[in-house]
Amino acid sequence: MKRTVLGLAAALSLALAGGAHAQAYPTKPVTMIVPFAAGGPTDIIARIVGDHMSKTLGQQVVIENVAGAGGTTGITRALTAAPDGYTIAMGHLGTFSAAPATYPGLKYDPINGMQPIGMAGGTPILIVGRKNLDAADLKAFVAAVKANPDKFNEAHAGLGSVSWTTCTLFKGILGTPKLNAVAYRGTGPALNDLVSGQIDFMCDQIVSVSEQVKAGTIKAYAIASAQRSPALPNVPTTTEAGLPEYQIEAWNGIAAPKGTPKEAVDRLVDALNKALNDENTKKRLLELGTVLPTAAERTPDGFAALIKRDAAKLDPALKAAPK
Amino acid sequence: MDMFSNLALGFGVALSLQNLALCFAGCLVGTLIGVLPGVGPIATIAILLPITFGLDPTGALIMLAGIYYGAQYGGSTTAILVNIPGEATSVVTTLDGHQMAKQGRAGVALGTAAIGSFFAGCVATLFIAALGAPLTKLALLFGPAEYFSLMVMGLCFAVVLARGSILKAFCMIMVGLLLSTVGTDLETGQERMTLGFAPLADGIDFAVLAMGVFGFAEVLRNLENPEARDVVKTKIGRLLPDWNDIKQSVAPVLRGTFIGGILGILPGNGAVLGPFASYTLEKKIAKDPSRFGKGAIEGVAGPESANNAGAQTAFIPLLTLGIPPNAVMALMVGAMTIHGIIPGPQVITKNPDLFWGMIASMWIGNLMLLIINLPLVGVWVKLLQVPYRLMFPSILIFCCIGIYSVNNQPVDVAFTAMFGLFGYLLIKLGFEPAPMLLGFVLGKLMEEKLRQALIISRGSFMTFVERPISAGLLVVAVVILVVALLPSINKKRDEVFTE
Repeated sequence: MKRTVLGLAAALSLALAGGAHAQAYPTKPVTMIVPFAAGGPTDIIARIVGDHMSKTLGQQVVIENVAGAGGTTGITRALTAAPDGYTIAMGHLGTFSAAPATYPGLKYDPINGMQPIGMAGGTPILIVGRKNLDAADLKAFVAAVKANPDKFNEAHAGLGSVSWTTCTLFKGILGTPKLNAVAYRGTGPALNDLVSGQIDFMCDQIVSVSEQVKAGTIKAYAIASAQRSPALPNVPTTTEAGLPEYQIEAWNGIAAPKGTPKEAVDRLVDALNKALNDENTKKRLLELGTVLPTAAERTPDGFAALIKRDAAKLDPALKAAPK
Repeated sequence: MDMFSNLALGFGVALSLQNLALCFAGCLVGTLIGVLPGVGPIATIAILLPITFGLDPTGALIMLAGIYYGAQYGGSTTAILVNIPGEATSVVTTLDGHQMAKQGRAGVALGTAAIGSFFAGCVATLFIAALGAPLTKLALLFGPAEYFSLMVMGLCFAVVLARGSILKAFCMIMVGLLLSTVGTDLETGQERMTLGFAPLADGIDFAVLAMGVFGFAEVLRNLENPEARDVVKTKIGRLLPDWNDIKQSVAPVLRGTFIGGILGILPGNGAVLGPFASYTLEKKIAKDPSRFGKGAIEGVAGPESANNAGAQTAFIPLLTLGIPPNAVMALMVGAMTIHGIIPGPQVITKNPDLFWGMIASMWIGNLMLLIINLPLVGVWVKLLQVPYRLMFPSILIFCCIGIYSVNNQPVDVAFTAMFGLFGYLLIKLGFEPAPMLLGFVLGKLMEEKLRQALIISRGSFMTFVERPISAGLLVVAVVILVVALLPSINKKRDEVFTE
């Protein structure tokens, strides 16, 4: 019944060529599932973007935090919901690109089984080491790790986390997949042990580590993106530092269940783009150290391509990683 | 001095209109539940946890902290007027406080308790402010091995200091540790002890366990008690102690503050021990010990100060190391995590406004409590007459709504109900649920730290003994366990707790 009404509404609004109509999607609040706890980086981005999307959609975007299993619990719930445009999810690199290779029993398929909406923001990844490591630059560090993988300890925020995913890729590229990895509950405690020199290195988002790098309590070897970051202009890119294969970014993006009506998808894409073009929203995202997505990445096709590309990049390393 | 500029920042945060209101709300609720016997701060904080989601973390923690130390004040009112300890820490106050009330000096007893608590609260606030930053630096010496050993020591303290049998306390901590292992393994992603049941994949939710075992179970337990409350019939009398009372109380307040403050830092609920230690000390050094138990003002002033000082210094291990020393602090860990703040040494650098704001709010809260408690004491006495049949259904419904709103999962409510029954069973069998909650919270951290330490040491258990700080902490743990188990001391411990 509900669906017929919706279908009717969709047909009607199509007939009106996108003109505003009282019956058009959305007629009730849209639930955006955030698969992590409130207050985390994904949650904050979802709230900032969702806030502005509410204005464009004319309906409240309600954030619902469904945390668990590296974010896959929430994404599973969102993608198995009715494909009516009223349930969407804010996922990230881990839940959309890395999860299939990380969790063998995964109940959703981010490549063929969902409707991407668009990317909301990206965060560069940094390779950081404890401040008294001998290696002065990335080349020396890579050489030292390759020569003596048994001498190093890497920290990450648990299986499936961004730090685990990106560092597993790093170790895959170095050919040292079995290097000692120490799991922490979140990157905060991991960083703490890096500062106190209990562990040797980690890969993490620039937002979490930039303060410590600036304070000189940890060493930044390289940033795994194409350009240097204005937040840390002295840190070379991996290409400059001699490891061009290691390029990865932690991004966040919105997806809906497969089969969501095109009209709803278009409205959501439009709302996302309006949010990302809004000066105030932009400012709030940039303050977080977020890199705004390119025009292509803000579309369903561009976002799908990104998911696919990173999945292909991560797959071999993740499958080879000891779990 | 850094400390003062930091405190200035803290007062800036705490004096915002919203935070003042939250601090006041927390203190008011704290006093309320402190006054009402049966509903403790653990249950209340567990119940109110979900409604703090909409607040910013600083405000939320300011309010929750207010409930905690507010309950310490309120607890003494009930202890003095009704001879029922509103809180575990005000047990000692009933001894002399209620006697004073019977002699028509209820007001003086209440006044002394409030003023002593206020003084202790102020000193403890300065103490936290002074110790916070250096301790955070010390935390950098702490690797996974040291954290693990510190928690082992904390749990040993919790066993020794728990009320009732050592064996029972030990069992409860073990149950807590076991419950904490349910869920997805951090290192491998394997599901453990979930019986293939999806809602258990992330482990047992802390709020669910806390609310069930404390909220629901407390209500069940109270339902079987007949509603007989012997409120003092005589006049409360003048509130301010006279010159003679002050002269008698000054030294006990100072000693109580010191003892309570030091014991409060101890992991494993040392704060509960403060009032007992202070009372014993006052009795021992008094010229005429026979006055105790018959309305000696020192027996109110000392323990009440100790109680409040300990309640506040208990925040030190939480704020600096991220390790909760007792069940209420364990709830604070839950509250911080829900708001995306990982408790630990990084809080002071990453969230200085939260750290110092909370400390400043404690002083403001103490001042508020002085006002809430003294002139308004008549209101609280009236409150003691609210019938349970009105109070308990509302608490239960509030619990259910709260627990549902944590994860929007109906199954959580069912789990809470189950834990409620389980908690009731524990109370009936004479097991204290508080050590279980502490074990549950520390269990996750302990497992994580144990495994991290072992991974870093490539599997060698010697790492815990080879590292000096870790070895020292383990030695302390062994010593307190052995000492507590020695027959002579064990007997004395029983005396302290039954007194």
